[in-house]
Amino acid sequence: MNISSAHQKVIDDLKNQYPDDILEVTGYQGDILVRTSVNKIHDICRRLYDEHRFIYLVDIFGTDRFTSEERFEVIYNIVSLRDQLRLFLKVRCEEEDPHVQTVTDIWKAANWQERQTYDMFGVIFDDHPDLRRVYLPEDFEYYPLRKEFPLLGIPGSIELPSTTPDTED
Amino acid sequence: MELEKKLTSKIQSTFFKKHQEAIYKSLEDKHTTVEVYEDDPLATHMVLNMGPQHPATHGVLRVILELDGEKIIKNKLDIGYLHRGIEKIAENKTYQEFMPYTDRTDYLSPYSNNVALCTAVEKIAKIEVPDRAQYIRMIGCELARISSHLLWLGTMVMDAGAVSFFIWTFREREKLYDIFDNFGGHRFTISHSRIGGVANDFTPETIKMIKEWVTDFKKELVGWNKFLNKNRIFVDRNKDIGTITADEAIDIGLSGPNLRATGIAYDIRKIDPYCKYDEVEFEVPTRLEGDNLARYYCRMEEMTQSLSLIEQCFDKMKKGPIRVDNAKQTYPSKDEVYYSMEGMIHDFMMTDTGICPPEGVECYHAIEAPKGELGYYIQSDGTGHPWRLEIRSPSFANLQGLEYILDGEMIADTVVLIGGLDPVMGDSDK
Repeated sequence: MNISSAHQKVIDDLKNQYPDDILEVTGYQGDILVRTSVNKIHDICRRLYDEHRFIYLVDIFGTDRFTSEERFEVIYNIVSLRDQLRLFLKVRCEEEDPHVQTVTDIWKAANWQERQTYDMFGVIFDDHPDLRRVYLPEDFEYYPLRKEFPLLGIPGSIELPSTTPDTED
Repeated sequence: MELEKKLTSKIQSTFFKKHQEAIYKSLEDKHTTVEVYEDDPLATHMVLNMGPQHPATHGVLRVILELDGEKIIKNKLDIGYLHRGIEKIAENKTYQEFMPYTDRTDYLSPYSNNVALCTAVEKIAKIEVPDRAQYIRMIGCELARISSHLLWLGTMVMDAGAVSFFIWTFREREKLYDIFDNFGGHRFTISHSRIGGVANDFTPETIKMIKEWVTDFKKELVGWNKFLNKNRIFVDRNKDIGTITADEAIDIGLSGPNLRATGIAYDIRKIDPYCKYDEVEFEVPTRLEGDNLARYYCRMEEMTQSLSLIEQCFDKMKKGPIRVDNAKQTYPSKDEVYYSMEGMIHDFMMTDTGICPPEGVECYHAIEAPKGELGYYIQSDGTGHPWRLEIRSPSFANLQGLEYILDGEMIADTVVLIGGLDPVMGDSDK
């Protein structure tokens, strides 16, 4: 794993400030990913914004690990325009009642991105100003990018056409 | 409070009732202080629903505007009418099988989307692509950029009132379609790029076609600039409309030409060069004004830059292979498949299993698509299917900016602003 000196500086600072909350640093092909504890994500984002000028939030999205513990991940893709540096932050949350503190007060751009994560995975962002579904209608009961959601057909909805060819009577 | 009740009680929705109620409630709560006019004898205060089936919203964008006379007080966008669950489909396809779906995300520049997926998969699976293929991809990407900007130009100028311009830009797009047809076999959803290279090489005929078109289009572009840059109606319609400062644009997360029109030279081709963009010379056009006219200038200059990029690529392109010669990483060429047993087995294995990146790794790769930063985040579980494939689409980010920009503008400028930001619903809705 190769970490550039610019990345190393940021990670060292975070480790000094939050020694117990930086859980893991991984890197692959130049992308550096920092996993932090879920209850400190807002503070860490604030520090990255203020001290390291990560002012451009590119994306927030979720993933489903499909494990019994810490099932959902939320990944933050942030860029520092001053240092031309890209950093990924990651938090994990439980399957039952997943909660993450919102970062909309730091980056306005987080608004829709968090709504998208909520829409697809059901991760609830605390203190979000307008947490509605973004793609699907409010009446939709499922979170479609969770692994248990089928590729074809909505449970309890219209029946799927038969996959076996019609047999002639 | 009286008026508030009146607004919500009027809405007698017949479809997705909860969704409709939530979105109107959200409009009412948008700012903490809701101005309510106790008596409104002239009834200037109203809610206007625009779209999703509106010709000026470039697809199925729904805009809900709260108006005071002609002024937009607040607005909410409702997207998702073109949501097809592409990310879910990706998890059930091999990487190569998924590529035709990317054509249909940002359907105005399919070639860029193909390259975005291919480069992301090549990054995670550590595949080195031959030089000639890189140059072919660059030419394809720049042609797609011009094609996308041509549609933006035509529709935006049409939104501002000049209908005939649309026909001129579409004449040029038609020629581009013919070029794509000539080398890729498809006019529109081209799927020409392959993981590990491209599908087939340019023929001498294609090269001649592209070179001729580039020469012709340069003259055309000069004429269009003359026609529009000093056109009183066009300039008055776009100047100081939807102005946004650089700080606001960064905060709200705009991307692509919309961000560059505020003065920030954020271009992935310069910051994190992919293909061979570090070996060619080009400028990143920026403007400082941040209004709709600045976005227009940025895109027009980008087209000129793209033309020079295409010419440079032809100069630098050398003869050579167009695909990796490794059957574990890419499809073998058709000659091999038809005339050798191993070739056929490899072809079968690629279709059945596909490229398997290492287990448990994840990475992100972005390219500069015509609309902005288009990135693919892939998590691999060691099989031929991605465990999770996330698309960071530029239109989604730009539409969020639109919701911010529209507040306080005039109702008549709505369509020009949508045109100026250039969202594509296929891209934002995924």
